[in-house]
Amino acid sequence: MSLLEINNLGIAFGGLKAVDALNMKIEKGQLYGLIGPNGAGKTTVFNMLTGVYKPTEGRFFLDGENLTGHSPIQINGKGIARTFQNIRLFNDMSILDNVKLGLNNKQTYTVAEGIFRSPRYHREEKAMNEKAMELLEVFDLQEQCDWKAENLPYGKQRKLEIARALATDPKLLLLDEPAAGMNPNETEELMETIRFIRDKFNMTILLIEHDMRLVSGICEQLTVLNFGRELTHGKTAEVLSNPEVITAYLGE
Amino acid sequence: MKKLRTGSKAEAGLKNNLITLAIVVVFFAVAEILVSAGVLGSLFEGLLIPMCYYIIMAISLNLIVGILGELSLGHGGFMCVGAYVGAVFSVLMKSAIPNAGLRYALALILGGLAAGLIGVLIAIPILRLQGDYLAIVTLAFGEIIYKIIQNCYLVSDKNGLHFSFAKPIDASNLDLTSKKDILNGAMAMNGVPRSATVISSLILVVITLIVIFNVIDSRSGRAFKAIRDNRIAAESIGVHITKYKLTAFFISSFFAGIAGVIYAHSNALSANKFNYNMSILILVFVVLGGLGNIRGSIIATMILYALPEILRGFQAYRMLLYAIILIVMMILNNNEKCKAFFSGIWKKRSGKKKEDAR
Repeated sequence: MSLLEINNLGIAFGGLKAVDALNMKIEKGQLYGLIGPNGAGKTTVFNMLTGVYKPTEGRFFLDGENLTGHSPIQINGKGIARTFQNIRLFNDMSILDNVKLGLNNKQTYTVAEGIFRSPRYHREEKAMNEKAMELLEVFDLQEQCDWKAENLPYGKQRKLEIARALATDPKLLLLDEPAAGMNPNETEELMETIRFIRDKFNMTILLIEHDMRLVSGICEQLTVLNFGRELTHGKTAEVLSNPEVITAYLGE
Repeated sequence: MKKLRTGSKAEAGLKNNLITLAIVVVFFAVAEILVSAGVLGSLFEGLLIPMCYYIIMAISLNLIVGILGELSLGHGGFMCVGAYVGAVFSVLMKSAIPNAGLRYALALILGGLAAGLIGVLIAIPILRLQGDYLAIVTLAFGEIIYKIIQNCYLVSDKNGLHFSFAKPIDASNLDLTSKKDILNGAMAMNGVPRSATVISSLILVVITLIVIFNVIDSRSGRAFKAIRDNRIAAESIGVHITKYKLTAFFISSFFAGIAGVIYAHSNALSANKFNYNMSILILVFVVLGGLGNIRGSIIATMILYALPEILRGFQAYRMLLYAIILIVMMILNNNEKCKAFFSGIWKKRSGKKKEDAR
């Protein structure tokens, strides 16, 4: 059984079909790319998979469980975490606190226990600090753990966002244009990081990207969207040499 | 290395909180000593209890406005609920609970819980709103609360309690010899025991501070800030927005209720005191002290509350001067050039001191 199975998924805003009859299958441990020209509906797919938009047709399953129409909070609890195209960090909070928020739902102590500082509060906060520092070390952010998130350089903000998503312990990680705005060196580093996350956490990753170097460098399978419909899908090298795909990207 | 870093950060936070607590305690201790030594007049002594309940109001409002990031203009309404519930309880239980301290403590808890409950009830419908809309609706709720209380009539006689809404109770049905007015519409409520003292009020300020600090430094506090900084991202990592907003409203209005109980037990109580002017006044304390900055709220409250009294000598020009000082404070707080200017002076002076020390 595939980890993520998308059946005939679609959404219409009024008369406009932003995404139409999308089918996808992502196996566990795969690095899967979703590409397409601007306005093709890629981010809309992510918004449906994370519950921000309710699909108007079709369904999707994570590990065989139908998650269509669930709220973002429920879907995150079931194991889908994401990053955003325009980075959304908790800017006024420390880097450590950003990651700790990803761990928030793993904690069980109540508000009152937080106020009266019960033993469980101390135990869980300590465990959480250690877990968060471990994650920060993976992304080489441990030295800056008490900086405000907004003071990080751009490339590291991207990494922090991934670290925060990973903290929620997902089965599937959705990355929305992780290389946007990065220079070639940062992109190179990011590719290393994404591969490393897949291997270390045995993570399944679905990513949207325009940077073809990154796509051809790390993605194993691709689906190409154009005007909300699937153009083609398959192995990366085959898809990228498909004349239809080249036309869609470069025009006639 | 890594443990040391996170440890030192937590310690720095704790140290900061202790400094804030120390500022409050030392300020009140010095004020008390000066008053009893006769340096400051009795007028100033009368300011100390109000200062306590205004500080509690300011730091509890800061939890919603500064930490949760929602503009609430109805904080006076929650104070009103606490004040009246506490006052009615104290009046009714005067003979049943002869121990004044115990009665006052129970009134505080009851007033706080009642205000917290109203806070949650109001928060449920307005959670769908954000920004300006939320501000307008909280303003309206604040007004509604005190208007409702202005229309309540409660009388006790030997047959028990008589309650009426919007019109006075017909005196012909009452046993006039044992009749006692408790709530009398828009008229001030009399007969509430003056149980509040400077010491007990100060203790309540300290308790409020500790609770608010502990909330901020726990998973709830982090969630509040996350909702403030980026609601969409908070949702995407599974932070329960509704639950945390209700929690914040409960805690905040609970302490507003406590402040109200202190008010009711140190002043003549009339509901129109809690109109929107009160809510705006508290908001001014919070904004001038700095959103999310608890220590700032406290210091701003101390200065701005004492100011009109200190300026009393200027008589008619008093509120004019108050307004000018408010504006100057705002500019000093927010203007980059002013900030740079002052920090420049500060650096020069501390640099000089170091040279002198050599």
